[in-house]
Amino acid sequence: MPTKLEKDAITGMEIRDHEWDGLRELNTPLPKWWVYILYATILWSAVYVVLYPGVPGFRGVLDWAQREEIVDRLAESRAAQAARLDRMGASDLAAVAADPELGAFAIAGGRAAFADNCAPCHGQGGAGRPGGFPALVDDDWIWGGSPEAIHQTIAYGIRSSHDETRVSDMPRFGADGLLTRESIGDVAEYVLSLSGTAEDPAAAKRGGVIFTENCAVCHGEDGRGIADVGAPDLADAIWLYGGDRASVAASITSPHGGVMPAWTGRLDEATIKMLALYVHGLGGGE
Amino acid sequence: MTMVGDIVVVEDAVSTKARKRDPLYVDRVRVYPKRVHGTFRRVKWAALIVLLAIYYIAPWLRWDRGPGAPDQAFLIDMPNRRAYFLWLEIWPQEVYFLMGLLIIAAFGLFFVTSLAGRVWCGYACPQTVWTDLYMWVERLIEGDRNARIKLDAAPLSAGKLAIKSTKHGAWLAIAALTGGAWIMYFNDAPTVIGALVTGAVSLKVTFFFGLFTATTYLLAGWSREQVCTYMCPWPRFQSAMFDEDTYVVTYQAWRGEPRGKRKKGESWEGRGHCVDCNQCVAVCPTGIDIRDGSQLECIGCGLCIDACDGVMSKVGLPSHLITLDTQSHQAARTAGRPLRYRVVRPRTILYAALLLLASGLMAAGLAARTTSEVTVQHERNPLFVTLSDGAIRNDYTIKILNKERLARHFVVSVEGLAGARVWIEGQEGLALAAAADAVTTARVHVAVPGAAAPAGSSEIVVAITDIASNATARHGSVFVGPER
Repeated sequence: MPTKLEKDAITGMEIRDHEWDGLRELNTPLPKWWVYILYATILWSAVYVVLYPGVPGFRGVLDWAQREEIVDRLAESRAAQAARLDRMGASDLAAVAADPELGAFAIAGGRAAFADNCAPCHGQGGAGRPGGFPALVDDDWIWGGSPEAIHQTIAYGIRSSHDETRVSDMPRFGADGLLTRESIGDVAEYVLSLSGTAEDPAAAKRGGVIFTENCAVCHGEDGRGIADVGAPDLADAIWLYGGDRASVAASITSPHGGVMPAWTGRLDEATIKMLALYVHGLGGGE
Repeated sequence: MTMVGDIVVVEDAVSTKARKRDPLYVDRVRVYPKRVHGTFRRVKWAALIVLLAIYYIAPWLRWDRGPGAPDQAFLIDMPNRRAYFLWLEIWPQEVYFLMGLLIIAAFGLFFVTSLAGRVWCGYACPQTVWTDLYMWVERLIEGDRNARIKLDAAPLSAGKLAIKSTKHGAWLAIAALTGGAWIMYFNDAPTVIGALVTGAVSLKVTFFFGLFTATTYLLAGWSREQVCTYMCPWPRFQSAMFDEDTYVVTYQAWRGEPRGKRKKGESWEGRGHCVDCNQCVAVCPTGIDIRDGSQLECIGCGLCIDACDGVMSKVGLPSHLITLDTQSHQAARTAGRPLRYRVVRPRTILYAALLLLASGLMAAGLAARTTSEVTVQHERNPLFVTLSDGAIRNDYTIKILNKERLARHFVVSVEGLAGARVWIEGQEGLALAAAADAVTTARVHVAVPGAAAPAGSSEIVVAITDIASNATARHGSVFVGPER
């Protein structure tokens, strides 16, 4: 309780009691509408707490939730995309690629779907991963690099459980005793010679004879591979399981037979088409 | 009553319980500005007419930008992310032009304020202009100061109700016109006004129309000087731009004091020129007494000068008892010293320099403004790709902002990389078509034979040439090869 009323000699205004380091404050009264605005904001907050979730455990009379608003908006944007997605599902790949608007939508949609579904094995941006997960940005395709071929691979998978899966079954030349260790070493040397990395010309020459008899049926006389049967190109610079002599010999002895799941049933047709066009557009599409 | 320094101890509050503290909140003192004639009033009318004319006419000006583009000279097109100012078309990426304009406006305000006080507040601020307009309407309907005071004091009657409703009706009409004009800056003016009249406008347009109508009505009709005194931050810190050489509205106390009423024929000997007629207070739109000195509430409009000049001419004294003057002049006049005025002083130099700098940067930015912008982004997933023939390929995402309203073609080439092969995903040839008034994105591949690939990262230049004008934009980027 203040005991004294003090006034400023110059302005004649009352001086408040509080003091900070010798500084005192004049009482300059605010207009009343100012304090009414304060009351109005207090009233507003009371109404807000009743209408909206503001107190833990009470959702508010309107039963509004941000989460539900997001769900609604997602549904809205899906509905907005529905027409395009329907068109995508119904058109063939060439028609989608030729349509600038639908094509751009496919690339954008494919990028998102790729990150969600494919990147864990094939890497972000299709960079591939060691140990049998092929890079999709390069120009080397085991099962073909046309949009249609890529689409089929995604839809039905490789050695997957789907009835229409792509299957190639390379014999286990070493494990099943079809070739001797020495023969396998010679074939490996020949395979390396196709890309100019062999060191033993005599062994490569012996291996060439064995290759023509056992391997050329699938991998081709020149070793360039045959995409229709999923036989990889052995003459290029890209190796799925390693390009040194031991790795090649190991693949001949006991082929890896990598598996890719079929995506039909998991993803809808429009998404698979978008993925095919996105992968095709990464840089190596044929 | 004792006096301690500048503090007067009034009395002991405990012993005299009758003494009450001043309240923390007070009723608003209503201001009834009186009509006035004179130079400052004429300038204020002229400013009002010019500014309102600019505000209402500007959205109707047309500017031909060719087919497909809006033909409104001043338009901020929010849905399409474009702003049009005469020949300029601002993209969201160039919002710094808008910021530069605001910075120039701020330094211009500081500069003018340091020279001539609150010219902005008194003449050009929308709050002042619309309040002035509203007061003019009020005076037409309710009469001048005394009539208005009488009307407000009178009990409610049919006549009073009629006058009051006429006034508020007129105010609301002006407010609606103001809100209507505001939305014209964000929509095609003829279209949106047509839609507004027929009621076929979107909820958003209706909301902003209502918002600006309501704020105009409340701020210019009801709040008036309360906005300047209590809501606006500018009066609170504009004193930082003032100094003793700033021209402000000043009561020349050395000439006016001691003031007092004067009988006709009384001598001017031994007294000041102020006859205490209170005309300066009666005309003041913020209701202050300028004779108390320069104060926060004064918006510097100079109407008190006009009022006082009228009185001075009636009593046969020289005008400008209240005038525009500097503090240093007043001190010199009081002491009888010669006047000294300095236009060039540190703060004016600083504000002028900042103003010139900001304007220069803006002008340079506008001059260097290109009609296309190119960004080149090196792909990082993966950094490089080994191709089947052993070549090393890098991928780039190139974005071209074509700000022209016609499709253009750009040729992509790479410099600083021997033996490079360049191609664009999904198309033949190296001519990239950039759609009109849009951003075009392309995936560009660059490959070199394995033996020629640099070890690690090496710098290259991606050149993008406009086929029509042959102008080339060069962008530094990198080409990454395997470490060896």
